[in-house]
Amino acid sequence: MTATLTRVDVTPAASVKRRRRAPGWLAVLPLLVFVAVAFGVPALAMLNGAFTVKNQATGATSYTTANLTDSLQGAYLTALLGSVKLSAVSALIATVLGLLLAQAVVTSRFRALREAVLTASGVLANFGGVPLAFAFVATLGNSGVLTRHLGLADQGWSLYSFWGLVIVYLYFLIPLMVLTITPALDGLRSQWREAARNNGATNVQYWRHVGLPVLLPSLLGGFVLLFGSAFAAYATAAAMVGSSVPLVTLQIADAISGNVLVGQENVALALSLDMVLIAGLVMAVYLPLQRRSARWLA
Amino acid sequence: MARLNLWRGVVLTGAAVYFLVPLAASVIFTVDVPGEGVTFDAYGQIVGADGFLPGLVLSLELAAATIAVVLLLMVPAMVALRLGAPRLRPVVEVICSLPLVVPPIAFVAGISTVLKWGPEHLSRTPLFQTLVAIQNPDFPVVLVLAYVVMALPFVHRSLDAGLRAIDVRTLVEAARSCGASPAQALVTAVLPNLRGAILNASFLTLALVLGEFTVAQLLGFQPFAVWIYSVGGSQAQLSVAVSVLSLLVTWALLLALAGLGGRPRTAAKG
Repeated sequence: MTATLTRVDVTPAASVKRRRRAPGWLAVLPLLVFVAVAFGVPALAMLNGAFTVKNQATGATSYTTANLTDSLQGAYLTALLGSVKLSAVSALIATVLGLLLAQAVVTSRFRALREAVLTASGVLANFGGVPLAFAFVATLGNSGVLTRHLGLADQGWSLYSFWGLVIVYLYFLIPLMVLTITPALDGLRSQWREAARNNGATNVQYWRHVGLPVLLPSLLGGFVLLFGSAFAAYATAAAMVGSSVPLVTLQIADAISGNVLVGQENVALALSLDMVLIAGLVMAVYLPLQRRSARWLA
Repeated sequence: MARLNLWRGVVLTGAAVYFLVPLAASVIFTVDVPGEGVTFDAYGQIVGADGFLPGLVLSLELAAATIAVVLLLMVPAMVALRLGAPRLRPVVEVICSLPLVVPPIAFVAGISTVLKWGPEHLSRTPLFQTLVAIQNPDFPVVLVLAYVVMALPFVHRSLDAGLRAIDVRTLVEAARSCGASPAQALVTAVLPNLRGAILNASFLTLALVLGEFTVAQLLGFQPFAVWIYSVGGSQAQLSVAVSVLSLLVTWALLLALAGLGGRPRTAAKG
């Protein structure tokens, strides 16, 4: 199927002189159209909804910023801040632990170990959602295996809390970090270390002045990616804590499915817009960093 | 060297404990029921459970459709961008990063708003029929549309890495100077070199669709992940057993695909 498409794309560029210019547009066009319809329309609908309010009595709609103001007050603000805090804490921990694990694997002499860890990371990084929540409920939940056998409940342990969620989130964030940082670690050339050694640098000095500065954009980029991933996570939290930890995703879901007051749909859209703005901010930090790390590791 | 090995041993052991204990505990949880002793009932019940097979089949169908659409859209575009149109490259990069900026929950909030337009504003237009058709619960096309968008960042990254590793222009020019048509050059010279990246993109999309919960649940469809969730409330053992199995099945699928495709990682490195 790909063959037919590419043929269509390239035929107008049959002349060698024109090949550099012509094929791009035709091949990219379907993608652009698709994204405009499948992504652009819902995004615009969200934007529009976030700024409109519907008068229940007359059915008339009017433009307002009331939804946005509402979304930054009271329970909604608590949920937003709760999400930011949870994402920042778990992303930070996962960045550090993921780096350590990736470094341990990359410097290992056993190729099989490396392959195994990377494959497992690929699977586990996608093992979010409901199954992950249930696996942890079975392990550390109120009647979980570890909770029962180690008597954790007596020591005040509860999985359905902030730190419980952090522990669960790390389960997919650490593998994600391993996958993100491994190429960067591979890109650290042994010549750099040797050059530093030859100039009399110690191991610590090498990491302080060469290794970490080269890795820093990748590390920060990875952190930002993890933050975004944790920030957007909904399924795990929904299946695990219900609403005992205030999170913005849970609030939005409640409002969409009409579990709260009627007429809150547009506040949900405003909350979604808040999320998009935060995630957009995160991206604005991430992209330049990624470009910088690509320059060194190319 | 000894110090290095000790440090590595601690890290690897810690990781192994953290990642294996929940899996082991989940298995124990399903077979060691308090008051009943060791029993495998939970696993026996899965296949007969209400809604299990339809949910799984729906998820696999959605995954197949999503992979086909996303590859058809992305592979030609990405290869063409490597060959020319350098000014479009950042545009596509930004477009493919947009879904990262819009979390699934915000995306589904937008989608459900659009779907509500149907009954509210468009009931007399053909667009209404389209909106109804894409929400057919037997095969909700709207989910495929959403999943393709959500897969774009991963597919873009994977294909971009694959294309970075090979010199597309040289490959095409070499093939062309041997008398291949542009299409032949792409299919016979470029695509085989991209096999690893394409497989990688397919794995990621497959895993994404099989585990996707947010969009499906909030739009009211019941693929696999939503079914597990709905079982969880009433039958703890069963839901954990399915969770364990779903991890194993995903794992097996990914490994099988990797086996079919040969060496995806080394191919990507080229």
